[in-house]
Amino acid sequence: MSDSTAIDNNVAAATHLEHPPYQRHHFETIAQQFDATNFAMWLFLLTEIMFFGGLFTAYLIMRNWYYPAFVEGSHYLSIVWGTTNTGVLITSSFTMAMGVWCAETRRKSGLILCLVLTFVLGIVFLCIKGIEWHGEWVEHHVPGLNYSVQNFVNPASNPEVYAEYHDKPLGADMAVRTEEYFFLYFAMTGMHALHMIVGISILVFMIFRARAGAYTNGHVTFVENFGLYWHFVDIIWIFLFPLLYLISRHG
Amino acid sequence: MSATILALPDQSTARIPKMNYLSKENGLLSWLLTGDHKRIAILYLISITFFFFIGGSLAGLIRLELLTPQSDLMAADTYNKVFSMHGLIMVFFFLVPSVPATIGNFFIPMMVGAKDLALPKINLLSWYLYILAGGLMLYTMCTGGVDTGWTFTTPLSTHYLNTNVAGAALAVFVAGFSSIFTGLNFVVTIHKMRCPGMTWFRLPLFVWSHYAASILMVLGTPVLAITLVLVILERIAHIGVFDPAYGGDPLLFQHLFWFYSHPAVYIMILPGFGVISEVVSTFSRKRVFGYTAVAFSSVAIAVFGFFVWAHHMFIMGISNYAALVFSLLTMLVAVPSAIKIFNWAFTLYKGSVTFETPMLYAIGFMGLFTIGGMTGVFLGSTGTDIHLTETYFVVAHFHFVMVGGMLMAFLSGIHFWWPKMTGRMYPEKISQFAAVVTYIGFNLTFFPQFILGMLGMPRRYASYPPEFQVLNVFSTAGATVLGVGYLLPVLYLTWSLKYGQIAGNNPWQATGLEWQVQSPPLSENFPEIPIMDHEAYDYEWLDRQQAKEVASV
Amino acid sequence: MSEPHAPEHHIVSPKVYLAIFFSLLVLTALTTAASFVEMYVFNVVVALAIAVVKASLVVLFFMHVKYSSKLTKLTLASGLFVFLGLLTMTLADYISRAWGRW
Repeated sequence: MSDSTAIDNNVAAATHLEHPPYQRHHFETIAQQFDATNFAMWLFLLTEIMFFGGLFTAYLIMRNWYYPAFVEGSHYLSIVWGTTNTGVLITSSFTMAMGVWCAETRRKSGLILCLVLTFVLGIVFLCIKGIEWHGEWVEHHVPGLNYSVQNFVNPASNPEVYAEYHDKPLGADMAVRTEEYFFLYFAMTGMHALHMIVGISILVFMIFRARAGAYTNGHVTFVENFGLYWHFVDIIWIFLFPLLYLISRHG
Repeated sequence: MSATILALPDQSTARIPKMNYLSKENGLLSWLLTGDHKRIAILYLISITFFFFIGGSLAGLIRLELLTPQSDLMAADTYNKVFSMHGLIMVFFFLVPSVPATIGNFFIPMMVGAKDLALPKINLLSWYLYILAGGLMLYTMCTGGVDTGWTFTTPLSTHYLNTNVAGAALAVFVAGFSSIFTGLNFVVTIHKMRCPGMTWFRLPLFVWSHYAASILMVLGTPVLAITLVLVILERIAHIGVFDPAYGGDPLLFQHLFWFYSHPAVYIMILPGFGVISEVVSTFSRKRVFGYTAVAFSSVAIAVFGFFVWAHHMFIMGISNYAALVFSLLTMLVAVPSAIKIFNWAFTLYKGSVTFETPMLYAIGFMGLFTIGGMTGVFLGSTGTDIHLTETYFVVAHFHFVMVGGMLMAFLSGIHFWWPKMTGRMYPEKISQFAAVVTYIGFNLTFFPQFILGMLGMPRRYASYPPEFQVLNVFSTAGATVLGVGYLLPVLYLTWSLKYGQIAGNNPWQATGLEWQVQSPPLSENFPEIPIMDHEAYDYEWLDRQQAKEVASV
Repeated sequence: MSEPHAPEHHIVSPKVYLAIFFSLLVLTALTTAASFVEMYVFNVVVALAIAVVKASLVVLFFMHVKYSSKLTKLTLASGLFVFLGLLTMTLADYISRAWGRW
């Protein structure tokens, strides 16, 4: 979003007062640059709210239409992995917030440590998500690829889940709608994971830049703005977790 | 036209300034890697003109097919693809970026007194996304096309068609992000980059209307993006939330699609309002009547615009009660739109009105937009809508708003700011002629379609009952005239790049900050950041300023 | 240290971050625990309420909104407003479709 080099050093720029090298040529003051990029990041997050907002709306309506299917579908998610992953993501948000603090107080090694921790936690989150997705693949719960309604027309076919929830068999017309649940589950967690992957890639870039001392010279805009993005991805998960895993346990 | 406010410098001595944004650097790379908002605006201008003429040729094919009642020029399937592509290209590759990405990009930083948009690289990125999306759309068109109409209606798009729906949806998705980034850039620039003294109520109304449109771009477009992602997924995975065969709800698609696409019509028209405010004020030598009301009416349109979308769905089986509420909210949008029209009319009242080309287009806009807007109120009331929807009445209505409104505003703005963008005047007589030709051609093309719609001719068919032929012949004849009207500006504006008269700094004697610097402007717009010490549209300030200059000479 | 930011730029202390972090962990445990209790319709209400609290904590402290300008707060509020508009107006249709048809 911002760049640390002033790109245009022509006559006009030379007449300016002294300003740091990371100030872009078209800003009058560094405060203006910080304000503008920060505001831009918030606007970008607004677009993200609306982007996920469409998915949340679809989920809400479909859940009300096919309530029994959504309830029984969600029984096949692992609440243990879900809770663990929530913890992992919250911890990564915390390390990211600490990273911002380190950058603000110019602690270079602290910043690198925080970024690396955030990176590792992000990877851990994706790995756990991968384990869960693999579980769904094994159970034939991936819509469009290998979906089977076996577990829902005959709940006893999965003794573990049956022992916990005692699901009643769904009629054939409702059982096929569990695919709707898993479609939205994959769309939402997939879209979230995509945002995580983008975030993790930027983190790698930031770790290298931080080692070169890029963010501990007073120019924290990039770290701050990335932090906003990372926390936002966290917030999406904070809502996905109860919606997908928790609210249907007693359906 | 006798009276004119045109004040050109002495042509025998005047020169284009040697230092300007065009001459600063040379070579293709200096354009492709530029961060300068003015150069990006020129890049956009060239690209959208290109897409406009592709979309226009498709419109020509449509009108040619409809010359006769039978489907004879092309097969019905081909016709479906032609009108779909016409809609997609015109909406997403011309109308949405038309004024904002060209004139807005060029002049918003200058109007607020900044050196550039807040995020120059994002600005360039948004042009590249636009080109990528446009390339993809053309590829889609050449490899079989798409025949869903521009609305991607499900389950038609997800279940029944074997055309390139996914490619077209992806192209619109990418174009959407281009538009999001443009809007985001404008909002940040207007908030954070205003020069000292430039308070919100000293901003030109052009900036206000772009602000409102940008909010819609930022908040509306992502919903379209996710909807199209779901459509693509549904086509690939054969499972989804829109197709009733898979348990989905096509109305959900309509809700999500129109949640963007209704605000999208305000994204398209609001920047046009901005152009008209500038032009009407300049050519009547008066401050826009009720500046504050016009400014807030833009914002009101943006806010109301988010809560009226279901009026596109009255016949689709939404609840009667919801239809009632949406119908009422739709009527509300007419209020701020009418405020604008009335205030422009009051601006003309007792002004020193002159009729240069931009003003001719602006007056055309006011007439045609009023008709387009009023018929919108007809369509917003449920009872009438059930009779008229999906007929040519709707086609005529939105072409009055989009073509009669927005395209007129776009041409008005291009002529108005052409001297500033290029340093040279366009030829006045022929351009006035083009404006009149456009106006006549437009009315001849689209007015018969209102009648056709009332008579019940459905839209989106290649053939029609023979009794509709007379009006269709009128419409096709008008389209030919209209085509000439659009071709002329391309020719004479290109001509003027080399042979036009030198414009000087302020040929229109306008008050905006952009007119107080050289034309074409410097790379960073201002030699030093200006200080705004007067209200917008303060012509007395301009007179004093000029008196001062004369005295100092 | 020269002043690189706007004067009102506020550096949140690690203590605050730590407190928020622990609250978030506790709330996560709480929401999972609550899902094991049969509360009928209130399971949804409780789960979403806790999610809203958690999200607010993240927004206010991790994302510094509590210390930010009015503009940032307004930006966020407008996003939520439009999202809720999408949700409620769409639902208004779905809820009332069967009205008058019994």
